[in-house]
Amino acid sequence: MAKSYLPPEYVVSIDREKCRRCGLCVKGCGFGTLKWGHDDWQEKMGVFKDGQDDLAVAFQRMQSASPDYVVADSSRCRQCHYCVTHCPEGAINVIKNPVAYKANEHWAAHHMRNIWLQAETGGVLLTGAGNDKAYFSYFDHMVLDACQVTNPSIDPLREPMELRTFLGERPNGLEFERTDDGQVRLKTELPPHVQIETPILFPAMSYGAVSLNVQKALAIAAKASGTLMNTGEGGMHRDLYLYADHMIVQVASGRFGVNPDYLRRGRCVEIKIGQGAKPGIGGHLPGEKVDAGVSQTRMIPIGSDAISPAPHHDIYSIEDLSQLIFALKEATEYTKPVSVKISAVHNVAAIASGIARAGADIITIDGFRGGTGAAPLIIRDHVGIPIEVALATVDERLRREGIRNRVSIVASGGIRHSGDVAKAIALGADAVSIGTAALIALGCHVCQSCFTGNCSWGIATQRPELTARLDPERGAELLTNLLRGWSRELKEILGALGLNSIESLRGSRLRLRGIGLSQQELDLLGIKPVGEGA
Amino acid sequence: MRIPSGCAISAIMNVKGVRFNGEAIIKSIACMHERSNGLGGGFAAYGIYPRFRDLYALHLLYESDRGRIDTESYIREHFVVEHSESIPTRPMIAITDPPKFFRYFVSVKPEALDPLRGEDEAELLVRATLTINNYIKDAFMVSSGKNMGVFKGVGFPEDIGRYFRLEEYEGYLWTAHGRFPTNTPGWWGGAHPFGILDWTVVHNGEVSSYGINKRYLEMFGYHLTLQTDTEVVAYLFDLLHRRQKVPLELVARVLAAPFWKDIDRMPEEQRAMYKAIRMVYGPAMLNGPFSIIVAFSGGMLGLNDRIKLRPLTCGKKGDFVLMGSEESAIRGIVGADLDEVWDVRAGEMSLVRLEEGGVTVGQELPAPGVCS
Repeated sequence: MAKSYLPPEYVVSIDREKCRRCGLCVKGCGFGTLKWGHDDWQEKMGVFKDGQDDLAVAFQRMQSASPDYVVADSSRCRQCHYCVTHCPEGAINVIKNPVAYKANEHWAAHHMRNIWLQAETGGVLLTGAGNDKAYFSYFDHMVLDACQVTNPSIDPLREPMELRTFLGERPNGLEFERTDDGQVRLKTELPPHVQIETPILFPAMSYGAVSLNVQKALAIAAKASGTLMNTGEGGMHRDLYLYADHMIVQVASGRFGVNPDYLRRGRCVEIKIGQGAKPGIGGHLPGEKVDAGVSQTRMIPIGSDAISPAPHHDIYSIEDLSQLIFALKEATEYTKPVSVKISAVHNVAAIASGIARAGADIITIDGFRGGTGAAPLIIRDHVGIPIEVALATVDERLRREGIRNRVSIVASGGIRHSGDVAKAIALGADAVSIGTAALIALGCHVCQSCFTGNCSWGIATQRPELTARLDPERGAELLTNLLRGWSRELKEILGALGLNSIESLRGSRLRLRGIGLSQQELDLLGIKPVGEGA
Repeated sequence: MRIPSGCAISAIMNVKGVRFNGEAIIKSIACMHERSNGLGGGFAAYGIYPRFRDLYALHLLYESDRGRIDTESYIREHFVVEHSESIPTRPMIAITDPPKFFRYFVSVKPEALDPLRGEDEAELLVRATLTINNYIKDAFMVSSGKNMGVFKGVGFPEDIGRYFRLEEYEGYLWTAHGRFPTNTPGWWGGAHPFGILDWTVVHNGEVSSYGINKRYLEMFGYHLTLQTDTEVVAYLFDLLHRRQKVPLELVARVLAAPFWKDIDRMPEEQRAMYKAIRMVYGPAMLNGPFSIIVAFSGGMLGLNDRIKLRPLTCGKKGDFVLMGSEESAIRGIVGADLDEVWDVRAGEMSLVRLEEGGVTVGQELPAPGVCS
């Protein structure tokens, strides 16, 4: 085979003075980058193949003179830092291959690498995680307000601070009646809704795309934090039934794992139309990942590819979506809110308006920074719009049409910290979902190789020796801590804003200012520029 | 431009409905002179027009003759004007560059009601107020209720009171506002109280949730023109109590909602009710420091924010109930010898109604049938 034109992207270096030859890294790397040096030497010399005595003697002699050592095949490295993190001696480092390409403002190294790779394979380039291109970040060009003098800021350590949030339809008003003894009673019966204790959810990450241990960790953390996780399109493994009350069950185009019990078990049902990382694109779980557990949960044969079509083949228009929404409501006897998840695309406001009128109780909008287990690179990096703008236009559109109360809005796609959460809520989100951030808490280093199924961190893989690395209890602790930390920060932000309840920030765009944005962008976000007062 | 401000508020009411002149309320608000900075003051008075008690008393402010001519043609189109006059004032050195004030005592022309929207008289009055304030230049509807009126302007409240010769009016309920804005509005319409129909609001505070309160009201067709928190409070009362028929004591619980930690400990039925209130009316909650006195025909209520970041004290002496940002505003009129005195508690309201003579504090609900 001709030599590949692709030089390794990273260089793995091992400090041989520090290395104690413990072998953790060799076992650790899911991509097979690190190996025992002498194995390599044996292969090269063909020692055992040929069984020649003199060479075997020579090998023994060499081995006694030079102890085994670890070598790296840098071309396999995905820069996930599992080895770097776990080496007890700190002997490993991974750096970007400093190979210098001829400077070119148009033809960047990644363009050339992609072309070489496609020239070799003729395939669609795959990738994982979210869009990593240098698109403009609106989150980074918005700042929050704080109180000074005229209204006091509130200290969250001394005063109650409320993050409790509801998802689902709300009536425009309530009716009360007075009983004979003069007491006021609520007359209105409320539509089904979900109560969460912090406005942060875990989004759809299917069993198959991630390991069962990841889902367990998410489920335990969701329960402990009073929020929800989402099954994704992979069904619900029976080990998770205990946590079903903290789970959104997803119905996607492949209908994997969907049956009446599954729908009834969840707290909330979600129809997945699109995903921010791959708007308009379906899903493909390769057969290698379909082991016994995945097979049972998805209700497909072991080893068979699980293909989710790009569209739902029973939804070719909005009226079809409405039928599915009500079919799911019928199946769950109108006890659970139904969410519709769409990716943020150009016409998202009109689409969301249609979805609200079609009977959805929650609209989940996933921006173009949203993550994925696998997506065509070209789609991930070039399709869709930022969540900030999508969210702002959807919220405004629904308000102008007087139907904002009919649905809750969940925003996701690239939310990195509680500041992003607060900004999204101020723009109008009822809650946000954090997928990539949650996986990072579990160890993910966003190496974007989820689609390979070799995740060294045991997250995006079904290889038993890898998935075993993630202890669900420990994972849940990490996730619970993350949610607690962000929630505390949200309370600090609220306190600084002089608010003691999250609903007073929700949609309150007056508390945001844009910095370095054009007037048109400010108008779309519905915010004023910095320097402009109340 | 929204103008944050500190303020003084006070109110006096005779629960038997006995009318008394404006001297007392001027004295009361003057006791808190230090809480105003001369950039706004105003009064609301109830029961002052017994001769026209069944007609809507429209108080209008004009900054030009053009504004008056346009407004009067709009008024004549929608209302039958039984009587109109300029509002008497007294020339004062302290008051500079005032606009012109007129009042019209009107009844609604039945044909002016929009049948397609099933509009009633109250709806029309709200529509007229919003139309005049939004679309007619140099004109502003100051108040529009029956047998009541608002008098306000730029200056210290006691000067505004003298300017409008309030000692010549007699009412059973008076509220007052002295303003300490942190910049110069210089506009008489922007002073308080703010009123819609016979609801008037005086307010000390800054609503930190203004952004979402405003957007919430916009969904129901209210367009906020003044950029003041007081306007938000008045419209929220209008939306919740008049349009959606939420009982008054619960409107207070929407605006200053109980905390979840307290709701979670309530008995089942009550818990469900407050949960629904917070879920549905969350965007209407007023967050941030405030004390407000809302007056209406037949009563008034004092309300403090959820964690009481602004002062509000009530006192009772004989048939009089008084409220004020400071106790001085109460004791300054009726002396040291009060029957009762209490602070409005965080998130709770003190409701006073005419005739029944009942003073309701906090969560205690009024007798059946009393609540409108």
